[in-house]
Amino acid sequence: MTEKKPKSLLYLDGVSVSFDGFKALNSLSFIVEPGELRAIIGPNGAGKTTMMDIITGKTRPDVGEVFFRGDIDLTKRDEAEIAQLGIGRKFQKPTVFESHTVWDNLELALNRSRGVFATLFYRLTGEDKTRIEEILSTVRLAARRDDLAASLSHGQKQWLEIGMLLAQEPELLLVDEPVAGMTDAETAETAILLKEIAKTRSVVVVEHDMGFIRDLGVKVTCLAEGSVLAEGSIDFVSNDPKVIENYLGR
Amino acid sequence: MITSFLIKSLDRTILVVVAILLALALLIPALNLMTAPDHPLHVPTYLVSLLGKYLTYALLALALDLVWGFCGILSLGHAAFFALGGYAMGMYLMRQIGARGSYGNPLLPDFMVFLNWKELPWFWHGFDMFWFAALMVVLVPGLLAFVFGWFAFRSRVNGVYLSIITQAMTYALLLAFFRNDMGFGGNNGLTDFKDILGFNIQADGTRASLFAASALALALSLVVTSGIVRSKFGKVLVALRDAESRTRFLGYRVEHMKLFAFTVSAMMAGVAGALYVPQVGIINPGEFEPGNSIEVVIWTAVGGRGTLIGPIIGAILVNGGKSIFTAAFPEFWLFALGGLFVLVTLFLPKGVVGTAQHYLARRRAHRAASGTQNESGLAEPMAAE
Repeated sequence: MTEKKPKSLLYLDGVSVSFDGFKALNSLSFIVEPGELRAIIGPNGAGKTTMMDIITGKTRPDVGEVFFRGDIDLTKRDEAEIAQLGIGRKFQKPTVFESHTVWDNLELALNRSRGVFATLFYRLTGEDKTRIEEILSTVRLAARRDDLAASLSHGQKQWLEIGMLLAQEPELLLVDEPVAGMTDAETAETAILLKEIAKTRSVVVVEHDMGFIRDLGVKVTCLAEGSVLAEGSIDFVSNDPKVIENYLGR
Repeated sequence: MITSFLIKSLDRTILVVVAILLALALLIPALNLMTAPDHPLHVPTYLVSLLGKYLTYALLALALDLVWGFCGILSLGHAAFFALGGYAMGMYLMRQIGARGSYGNPLLPDFMVFLNWKELPWFWHGFDMFWFAALMVVLVPGLLAFVFGWFAFRSRVNGVYLSIITQAMTYALLLAFFRNDMGFGGNNGLTDFKDILGFNIQADGTRASLFAASALALALSLVVTSGIVRSKFGKVLVALRDAESRTRFLGYRVEHMKLFAFTVSAMMAGVAGALYVPQVGIINPGEFEPGNSIEVVIWTAVGGRGTLIGPIIGAILVNGGKSIFTAAFPEFWLFALGGLFVLVTLFLPKGVVGTAQHYLARRRAHRAASGTQNESGLAEPMAAE
């Protein structure tokens, strides 16, 4: 193990993983500070989703270190444990529980004890109710609270999922392509929503939409072939010749 | 805590069904015992036992529905838990025979004397006491389900693969119980029961009581199951059925959730088996037949999985149909059963009860929409599964 205990919220060092000989991540190093909002860009197959899989415990790295809050080794924990530690994840495809109502989706996501018996004898307290109502208005779904999630539009499902992440109260939020398939108006609103969320926690956003990233106005990391190509402001990164060649195109 | 859990479980439909079951538990025995055999409302004893058998099947289907309908685990081995509960009860009934067997051995059941065994195998001890046997009725299936589920769910075995290994489990048990030296009566199983709790098992009164016990057990299990699926835990079950990895990323231990549901379900199946055996008078390895477990799936599908009431109605409908059909055209029953499954899958994917609920909800939505014109664009209330 390394001597220096990293102070960052999330610390990845020299992480490599390969699937059937294909190197999805190639000695990737990446740091997120507490309270930071970070955007990640990169071509298809750059390892963006694999990186999220590693952080959330879905995939184990072949080599490398992954630490959360300085000294919690994430490579030794499974998805449920990592989620309970305070890392929330939003998938590329919106995945909400379609046969539950909007309200139930949020109730399930709420950061409460998640054991078999705790859930079996759970009763909705006034405090939990207020919290869910708060989130409903944040993600603008208060009017749809009793509708099944299946009946929501694509954009509304994305927001519901963001609402579920808020209910989880994570310290670190990983968001995979939040504006894919959204209208321009929805995209702009989502940028506002994410910036709002990032005030109280760290957020990592993977996105292809350069306009959206410009809206966010944050530090950008460009991945390619499983490692970091460039890091800095959006203008700095988008002027980097390597980034232009690999990703943006000439 | 427990009371709020139970109160939450009682919605109107469940209450009605529980009331019907309780009424039947009183009415059928009364009509059997208190009316003369030539009375028009008299229920003959054979019919009491037949209906009692249907109720134990209904309980088995309800148990399967908890894991299949709400948790997405298509168990094709639930008859194994049923049979294990049945064997535990059968062992108690065997011990009750005592010296009245053909060989007159006060300790050993007939088949052991026949095999020249000198002493009772260790696992037969304690079964002379009803409380012990009753405990084993839930513990043995529960333990098997727990161990099986522990390995299967931890290794994230899902879908078809899980169904196949549940079939393998029941098949392995079938082969094991066929062997004479397992000590469960081999091929012939356990039979020739004399009495239960001191009452003659053939007597009308005992049969009527067994029917009433089956109805009560079903009513109680319905209340408990309903409590489970209406709790937050039940919502988690449905969530993991529809999007397992999403549920994991919310911090739920999916394998623990499944394990709990699977174990509870196996215990309910065990109780069903224990009530089944004294009513039919025999338990043999044939109950482990993989086909039996598949039949349970058909009852549940016909009634409507994921609806609680559905499997109960399905089990009674299909088995009632079976009793009538096998008397009229015995050789065509399997074709009819297969055809029924195909038709239900194609035309009533939600089953009888699921489809009925769907139409009722639609009608209610229409009425609400026409009643309040200003509330425009009511969303389709039922989602596809």
